[in-house]
Amino acid sequence: MEMLKNLPEMDLMRSEKMTFVQLIIPVESAHRAISYLGELGLLQFRDLNEDKSPFQRTFVNQVKRCAEMSRKLRFFKDQIHKAGLLSSALPTMQPDVDLEALEIQLADHEHELIEMNANSEKLQQTYNELLEFKMVLQKAGDFLLSGKSYETSDGRELDENVYSSDYPDSVSLLEQATQSGPSNSSGLRFISGIIPKSKVLLFERMLFRATRGNLLFNQATADDLIMDPVTSEMVEKTVFVVFFSGEQAKTKILKICEAFGASCYPVPEDITKQNQITQEVLSRLSELETTLDVGIRHRNAALHSIGFRLTVWINMVKREKAVFDTLNMLNFDVTKKCLVGEGWCPIFAKPQIQESLQRATFDSNSQVGIIFHVMDSVEAPPTYFRTNDFTNAYQEIVDAYGVAKYQEANPAVYTVITFPFLFAVMFGDWGHGICLLIGALVLIAREGKLSTQKLGSFMEMLFGGRYVLLLMSLFSIYCGLIYNEFFSVPYHIFGQSAYRCRDPNCSDAYTIGLIKYRDAYAFGVDPSWRGSRSELPFLNSLKMKMSILFGIAQMNLGIMLSYFNSIFFNNSLDIRYQFIPQMIFLNSLFGYLSLLIIIKWCTGSQADLYHVMIYMFLSPFDDLGENELFWGQRPLQILLLFSALVAVPWMLFPKPFILKRLHAERFQGRAYGILRSSEMDTDSEPGSARHQHEEEFNFSEVFVHQMIHSIEFVLGSVSNTASYLRLWALSLAHSELSTVFYEKVLLLAWGYDNILIRIVGLAVFAFATAFILLMMETLSAFLHALRLHWVEFQNKFYQGDGYKFKPFSFAAVLADDEDYNVFTFGTFGFLAPEAVDLLNRVQRVMHSNVMTPKSMDVVFKRVNFAIQKGVAAQLVARLPSISM
Amino acid sequence: MYGFEAMTFNIHGGYLEAIVRGHRSGLLTAADYNNLCQCETLDDIKMHLSATEYGPYLQNEPSPLHTTTIVEKCTLKLVDEYKHMLCQATEPLSTFLQYITYGHMIDNVVLIVTGTLHERDVQELLEKCHPLGMFDSIATLAVAQNMRELYRLVLVDTPLAPYFSECITSEDLDDMNIEIMRNTLYKAYLEDFYQFCQKLGGATAEIMSDLLAFEADRRAVNITINSIGTELTREDRRKLYSSFGLLYPYGHEELAVCEDIDQVRGVMEKYPAYQHIFGKLSYGESQMLDKAFYEEEVKRLCLSFEQQFHYGVFFAYMRLREQEIRNLMWISECVAQNQKSRVHDSVVFIF
Repeated sequence: MEMLKNLPEMDLMRSEKMTFVQLIIPVESAHRAISYLGELGLLQFRDLNEDKSPFQRTFVNQVKRCAEMSRKLRFFKDQIHKAGLLSSALPTMQPDVDLEALEIQLADHEHELIEMNANSEKLQQTYNELLEFKMVLQKAGDFLLSGKSYETSDGRELDENVYSSDYPDSVSLLEQATQSGPSNSSGLRFISGIIPKSKVLLFERMLFRATRGNLLFNQATADDLIMDPVTSEMVEKTVFVVFFSGEQAKTKILKICEAFGASCYPVPEDITKQNQITQEVLSRLSELETTLDVGIRHRNAALHSIGFRLTVWINMVKREKAVFDTLNMLNFDVTKKCLVGEGWCPIFAKPQIQESLQRATFDSNSQVGIIFHVMDSVEAPPTYFRTNDFTNAYQEIVDAYGVAKYQEANPAVYTVITFPFLFAVMFGDWGHGICLLIGALVLIAREGKLSTQKLGSFMEMLFGGRYVLLLMSLFSIYCGLIYNEFFSVPYHIFGQSAYRCRDPNCSDAYTIGLIKYRDAYAFGVDPSWRGSRSELPFLNSLKMKMSILFGIAQMNLGIMLSYFNSIFFNNSLDIRYQFIPQMIFLNSLFGYLSLLIIIKWCTGSQADLYHVMIYMFLSPFDDLGENELFWGQRPLQILLLFSALVAVPWMLFPKPFILKRLHAERFQGRAYGILRSSEMDTDSEPGSARHQHEEEFNFSEVFVHQMIHSIEFVLGSVSNTASYLRLWALSLAHSELSTVFYEKVLLLAWGYDNILIRIVGLAVFAFATAFILLMMETLSAFLHALRLHWVEFQNKFYQGDGYKFKPFSFAAVLADDEDYNVFTFGTFGFLAPEAVDLLNRVQRVMHSNVMTPKSMDVVFKRVNFAIQKGVAAQLVARLPSISM
Repeated sequence: MYGFEAMTFNIHGGYLEAIVRGHRSGLLTAADYNNLCQCETLDDIKMHLSATEYGPYLQNEPSPLHTTTIVEKCTLKLVDEYKHMLCQATEPLSTFLQYITYGHMIDNVVLIVTGTLHERDVQELLEKCHPLGMFDSIATLAVAQNMRELYRLVLVDTPLAPYFSECITSEDLDDMNIEIMRNTLYKAYLEDFYQFCQKLGGATAEIMSDLLAFEADRRAVNITINSIGTELTREDRRKLYSSFGLLYPYGHEELAVCEDIDQVRGVMEKYPAYQHIFGKLSYGESQMLDKAFYEEEVKRLCLSFEQQFHYGVFFAYMRLREQEIRNLMWISECVAQNQKSRVHDSVVFIF
């Protein structure tokens, strides 16, 4: 026991010791102090103005200004994006501009840009009009011309007709009359114009109705696409020419044109005039083009110069906004000269915080220093683990279940090894393991490059878990060597096989079996067993027993951890009435089973363990017969059964009754309740963290809780042990699946003497290996390992009801966008900005007035989890603007 | 299939019902309204709204805001949500959803026709139209000179066509005609919608008939009050009432002969469902009647969310959102005009 207490402290075992501190900051140095703290990033502020809505807070104007500036910056970004420029990612070295100057600068830039946009839009408009006019001239000219040429051809035809026959004479004459007559007389007129192609049909129908069919509608698709100045999309348009008669019809048609957004252009009937106008239009077009080009170049230059500094500005505004948001969480004291802030910080960070505060005082030439002192708080401190690149992913795995209670034993310490190991037990194949290893190594080798750039969600997930992947692959190579599987093929790596066939052609290997002729194979499963009679029975028995051993070991570790927790929190009650009976119960039943397994393995006994276990309950006093493994097994079994039976009421009854007695003792004779110490009374200010908790003791509640807990443990120890059998099941499934792909695809294809079939077979095999075995199977083994950790292991000791330490830090503020990359997952990639925004908004709301950081964290967990679970569609569906 | 919706509803309607309930929880609450009412400038309103579901729609608006921008953006959100639901919907829900917009369509038609009558610019009128009630050829409405033309040219393509059967006349359009047209169309629309819901059956029919009956009764009261002192004859007035609802038919007979608001009140107080609405008003007052009706409507709409497996929630959600936008418009107007004392006059709290 002494030895256990004197173990050196592990960083990751328990979360950092936190302390509640109060800052009293003079107004003049407040901004600087907060930004220094933001750079340090080790202090989590408490919102002292929870009851105030966002615009009732002190620094609301500054926040608004920042929001306005970030709006402008978004506008610039958008413009730069539209112009197809890349904002240079290099943060140019530039002295810090102060916020006021930046604000003016941004306003200037915006003004300039908007003006330029307006100008170019105007130019674009005229350009478009001219372009349309040009098209209308061309097309409508064609119509009119064809009409005319038709006339002339008619004339020619007439001449020809004279020679051929004379019957169509009258017809063509008539035709000529109808053709030329109206077009020359004032009766038939036309309107020509251009309209978006999508509206043509409706337009035509409407015209038809409006003129009661008295019209001729000609249309032709314009050759070029025309840019819509509003959306800057290219639109297909159609030129039309409407022939009609009558003044009233004209007004109607014009009205309809207007209603449909069709632009009408006059086309003269005379060809020379037409050509003249076309020339004019063309020359003006080329003029405009150059003007437009110059304008665009000018604008691009302006945007380029903005683009240089955009990143710096965006970061700066984000920082400023974060500072003011934090300042809004502070309280003004009565004199209005100081700001009072409260928050959590890790104890080790106190000197650093003090140092930055002093620097802030000094830099802002303040007369009064910043007061920084420790207070005590009733509220539970946040949980903070200092992780590194390697441990972070494992800590994330644990946190995804629930953030550890303050200073509670952290399962992540063990998860680092047990998680990849249990994964590998299910994924044992050293061929697949090597593939995974290569992937992991590539990710790790390109760590420096990948960590700076923005990745897609899937890559992000892989990259975040690269060290998990590394260990998983190493362990699967190890397990694969034990299982002796390389893409399901056994190899003679560790010497000769111990078995050989009975006859040379090995025909009865499956029906009768092999004969052993030398010492056992050195490491892992004997390669000759593949396809033999003993393969499946042996592997199944091995894997099943192994799963149970691992399971019992891990559950025992979990219970041991609950012991360390009780020691740490000085809770001897839990040790005596929870830890001890739990240990007894689990080990007297399943620990005993493990013992039997080991004995059976060592002695090579033929005893039936099912029988032993079942009859241990059904008839403990009967003779074991041939199933006896060691001397004195029967009395031991009786003893174990008895202790297991005793352990159940032991963990159920004493604890609630003792708690009740303790409570009664504490309040004995205190009819008036506890007097608070006077110091506490004066100290407790409104809005500080020290709310008084009245302890309520409700016996029935405690008892029911204990009952649930005990029943859960008793039933759980059976079901959890069974649950570890998934190790066996998945490992079996994996090896069978890869055997199927190997034998039924690759070997089958190889059997043909046709290169094409072989290639196809190889391709199918490679595809199946990559996607089904490497991806799907990895995922499923990962999930099962996750479940074993979350449920079977952690429920033995882990409370997981803490909340994460979220210090105010610029690094986090700036990385904000990257944080929620989960949303950029392929299928709804285009939603990412909205989704991120939604989350930001959620955060803001919860941060500012509704909830505590704790529940915020919970919500984020859920959201995150929902996405990972693939039910994100529902969340996405809730997003307000979905581009359809 | 009454009573068995629970078995089959979710096959087609479950996803959208979940979505609409999700949208509903995004409606502004009384706390939001309290905060909004305390705003000093439109920027404050924007700031507060940016913390709600309206955030992404407003965040890129440059600072000197106008009430119209706020309302426009909020409406845009509603339209986006509606379009999304419509895209996802299958029959008969998609038809049901389309029915919801016909009311706006009628309003838009009337708006354009009236506007053209007073020689307003068509584009300007189009901007004022409710985006939910837009149809392709709406701009062409300006061409029409009389009802017959209106029908033949434009409306024959729209879903409103069947409702027109009662009001095709060759008379020239004037204000009175248009108003009668609006009410006739609306009557036909409500009756059609009612029939449609009855055909759907089940909880949808039950809930929607209640909501639509309320709507019909409210229109009847409004028509009566608005037509007092006009040249509309009793017979004509009688014709404009929808042929269902709590007031049908006896209430309608009585309403048709009413000559002043107190008589209307007398009629309405005979109906227990409407008693308390009129009970709140003092005699001779019709100003607050709208608000009272709105409050009652909101209450009924909210209640429809209490039951599951029916389409009424879609109708209710759209109506509630519209009410919310009306509220926002009123609050922003009050803030913009410095009339903060009147801010509570017309705001109907939804929750």
